[in-house]
Amino acid sequence: MTASTTLYARAKEPTALRRLLTAPAAGPFAALVLACVFFSSATDQFLSGGNFSLILQQVMVVGTLAIGQTLIILTAGIDLSCGAVMAFGGILMARLAAEGSLPPLLAITTGIVVCGGFGLVNGLLVRLVPLPPFIVTLGMLNVAFALTHIYSDEQTVTGLPGPLTALGKTFPLGRTDVTYGSLLTVALFLVFAYALNGTAWGRHVYALGNSAESARLSGIRVSRLTVGIYAVAGLVYGVAALLLVSRTGVGDPQAGQTENLDSITAVVLGGTSLFGGRGTVLGTFVGVLIVGVFRNGLQLMGVSSVYQTLVTGVLVILAVTVDQLSRRGSR
Amino acid sequence: MSRRPRPALPRPVLAVGALGLALSLAACGSGSGSGSGSGSSSGGKVKVGLITKTDTNPYFVKMKQGAEQAAKTEGIQLSTAAGKFDGDNASQVTALENMVAAGVKGVLITPNDSKAIVPAIQKARAKGVLVIALDTPPEPQSAVDALFATDNEKAGELIGAYAKAAMAGKQAKIATLDLAPGVSVGVQRHDGFIKGFGVTDSDPSVVCSQDTGGDQAKGQTAMETCLQKAPDINLVYAINEPAALGAFTAIKAKGRQNDVMIVAIDGGCTGVKAVKDGSIAATAQQYPLKMAADGVKAVAAFAKSGQKASGYTDTGVNLITDKPQSGIDAKDSAFGLQNCWG
Repeated sequence: MTASTTLYARAKEPTALRRLLTAPAAGPFAALVLACVFFSSATDQFLSGGNFSLILQQVMVVGTLAIGQTLIILTAGIDLSCGAVMAFGGILMARLAAEGSLPPLLAITTGIVVCGGFGLVNGLLVRLVPLPPFIVTLGMLNVAFALTHIYSDEQTVTGLPGPLTALGKTFPLGRTDVTYGSLLTVALFLVFAYALNGTAWGRHVYALGNSAESARLSGIRVSRLTVGIYAVAGLVYGVAALLLVSRTGVGDPQAGQTENLDSITAVVLGGTSLFGGRGTVLGTFVGVLIVGVFRNGLQLMGVSSVYQTLVTGVLVILAVTVDQLSRRGSR
Repeated sequence: MSRRPRPALPRPVLAVGALGLALSLAACGSGSGSGSGSGSSSGGKVKVGLITKTDTNPYFVKMKQGAEQAAKTEGIQLSTAAGKFDGDNASQVTALENMVAAGVKGVLITPNDSKAIVPAIQKARAKGVLVIALDTPPEPQSAVDALFATDNEKAGELIGAYAKAAMAGKQAKIATLDLAPGVSVGVQRHDGFIKGFGVTDSDPSVVCSQDTGGDQAKGQTAMETCLQKAPDINLVYAINEPAALGAFTAIKAKGRQNDVMIVAIDGGCTGVKAVKDGSIAATAQQYPLKMAADGVKAVAAFAKSGQKASGYTDTGVNLITDKPQSGIDAKDSAFGLQNCWG
């Protein structure tokens, strides 16, 4: 136990194999690989560059949301409002650019900043009032949902200018086509993986998640950190909004209604603990891919969508079980 | 201090176990999909996809049945998907992409968002997939190869004309229980009813109009409000039978069930039973099973001959009532029950 802790803390050149087996995302990653092997043998179409590119493109929106969700869950919080905030950001960008006279890039920036604003308000309420994150974001879910429908007048916005849909376009990579948005999503995951692992800020996030009180005693400005995390998460949702708009090519007032739970699913499947302080953003990426691979693979097999939901549910329960068991083991 | 998880060999082990369970569940899924094949290397079998608005609405359950039956007789492989809720575009887009990746010959889709689904449909068609809209047209309708649907305006006209005949010259006080603003199905049915009854929306006989979302509880609330506003209402048009049954509950509470006539559209089994027991005077029945079955047949024909279905195909509508009026074509509730859905 202590030996391995030292391995981590001091980074004494652990062997690649050992690092792989002990990484928090090892279980989810093994599940992902096995799922890929299974679907490759079950269907002819699964194993192709084009299909993997498709999966990546299909998960980019919920994947990006899940980055923000991971940050918040690492602080032992939860964000139920992410999908609704994204929907509002998306419809805002779409309408400002398509119907208003705003230049597209300004419309995009406005959308992202407004999403950041929602996050900021969430953070302030969580930390300064203080209120439980569940309640704050539940309220914000309804606020953002209502604002989306009021602002859009229930109308889908079409005729978006090029820059809003640019991330949905593809470029050739080898023999397949990859979406720019997929690249952006992967880049965001890498950026946040570095921020959490390689910076003091990242260590503070974990410390806060483990115990807000000890974090405070060790000199971390907990309020500023918390509010900052929610605000950053909001900005990330803004990027997700742009990805959403560019993927579907329209501003859709009905979007984002299940994405809050979908993003939590991805985070949990990726091995991040709902009790805070444990988990990685790369694990979340694996979690997002697990959902995407199952949905795609089962559809290729011709399995009804109800079974996709069933399988996802079973996986979530098992993932939390694994978390609890390994938690008990580490005491 | 460092609370990194302990080196957990059990994690991968548990994950493998989890996966095994999940996959065996999936295998059950493909096995029970009546004739949809086990999936693995289905050879040269023609594939068709069906994407409905939701998995749970009985109307779409019937649609799925129709597709399954037709796929069996045509010897082609059906795969199905649905939105998670009414209005869910994203799930439909994903399902459509996956079906195209699976190599379907054609896709039948009931769009949740008439406009937002269009780019995804265009991509599928660009890859040579035949796309047929069922029940609900996309905007523009030309975005799909063909549309198999009920003529909703005609359905409205049928019950409008029936109500006119059944009122037999009596002064009508009409309540319309509509769907929701801007939803084409609701607008077409409402307009059809008004036209069939031979009035306009501004006619003084239309005393109350309320939105119900096609929901029984909201239909009841709407009717209560209407009766408050105009107690002498004697004719109710309802967008569908759940709304009509909600209205019946409100009317019965006022003891007026014998002097208020209710007409509706849809032809679900619960609705037809209500026609049989007299709580609803008449309903216009549509045929989701036929929409899907015809759609699957069209895809099978396309696979054989390369001939794509095109344009609009009216899948038919019948007036169901046990109190027929002379001059109005109608079927009785026994026929309605044989052909109902849900």
